Amino acid sequence: MSEAQAFRGIEEFSQGNTFIHNLDPRAKIVTTIVFSVVTAMSNSIITAAGALIFPLVLIVSARIDIRKVLGRLYIVNVFILFLWIFLPVTFPGDVIYAVGPVKIHREGLFYALLITLKSNAIVLTVIALLGTSPIFTLVHALSHLWIPDKLVHLFFFCFRYIHVINDEYRRLQQAMKIRGFQPGTNMHTYRTYAYLVGILLVRSFDRAERIVAAMKCRGFKGKFYILNNYEMKHRDYLVAASGLAFSAILLVVK
Amino acid sequence: MHISEGVVSFPVLAAGGVLTLAGVAIGLRKMQYDKLPEVAVLSSVFFVGSLIHIPIGPSAAHLVLNGVCGLLLGWLAFPAILVGSTLQAILFQFGGLTTLGVNTFNMAFPAVLFGCICGRFIRSSKRRVRMVAEFVAGGGSVLLSGLLVAVSMVATGDSFVPTARLIVLVHIPVMIVEGIITIIVIEFIKMTRPQMLRSHPMREDFQGV
Repeated sequence: MSEAQAFRGIEEFSQGNTFIHNLDPRAKIVTTIVFSVVTAMSNSIITAAGALIFPLVLIVSARIDIRKVLGRLYIVNVFILFLWIFLPVTFPGDVIYAVGPVKIHREGLFYALLITLKSNAIVLTVIALLGTSPIFTLVHALSHLWIPDKLVHLFFFCFRYIHVINDEYRRLQQAMKIRGFQPGTNMHTYRTYAYLVGILLVRSFDRAERIVAAMKCRGFKGKFYILNNYEMKHRDYLVAASGLAFSAILLVVK
Repeated sequence: MHISEGVVSFPVLAAGGVLTLAGVAIGLRKMQYDKLPEVAVLSSVFFVGSLIHIPIGPSAAHLVLNGVCGLLLGWLAFPAILVGSTLQAILFQFGGLTTLGVNTFNMAFPAVLFGCICGRFIRSSKRRVRMVAEFVAGGGSVLLSGLLVAVSMVATGDSFVPTARLIVLVHIPVMIVEGIITIIVIEFIKMTRPQMLRSHPMREDFQGV
């Protein structure tokens, strides 16, 4: 996936009006973290396969475009494919198939399958729960979850300026293209990209100075005042409770 | 290189989490409020920078830039990289949520380490000294990150040894390119905005709460 495509898809699942989209972001964050950690801990194929049920139900309930989800899973599984090539050959254990000097081991296959299941279950949950909320909503929720203010503000500013800097990067890239820039393995390419990064850093430093000045002018005192607070409703408790209960079952079955 | 979800064992994830927590706590304590927008905006640049693909022979690698990050931000690289990695995990599914601790530590620790070691030399008046320091900071950070990824995998199980070896091997050409790019980036900043380097995060400007 090229960077242009990656950026076009930013927050693409957050638009929607299903009950998953409207869940309290705090409930989403807590459920996602607990479920992901429990899934990451599991060591059996059955638990890992069972773990997939939870995100699949969520994805269907949130009516997310399956093709787009598959696109995301593709990136994740490219790395895992690499493990499928290595692990069965190198993992010590019973040989189930041998082609000349290459031996396929049962334990290696088992391990590769386990990683695939766990990884996909967690990624799907992140897409279904966190992907269905805008980042600013999630960041706002973080401030209610005992995350230090400075870190929350860092998230807030960083996400805000990612778009600005990405636009700036696109403009510079266009300028390079117009001037006939052809990337290759040579010093000219590396120098050009280094200057591109350099100018982005310098401009963002200047921008940061303007931001600080603007904040000072407006009397910023190290605090963002929150205008609307979240309220946990019945369905928020219900979804969070079922997610946590499902995690607990996985933990016990393990 | 990020570690994806579900690959490394729970003790490795937990160790990464604890180390990252400590690094982020130090970074946040050293960060004055005035510096917050600067750290955030630089962290957006590193986020966008990591989407730039650079050709290396027949293949391509994306920029890591953790060496530059360490030289410019010092300990503040920890919170900056944590924020970037979290956003990447949620927005693009690069890396992962459970591997956030390990991945942040693997990237930020080399950044801080080389930022400390090479930071004083990049203010040298001798061009050659500066260039060596910048190359070591940029290349060293990437190589150490690769080694830490390999260590995380080997700590999970011995069966990952061949995969881990390959990961380190792949990092070597990337290291050279990152080293070269770091030299040019830092020299460019030195020419255009020397104040970005003067207020070294280890020193007076960033200290205090």
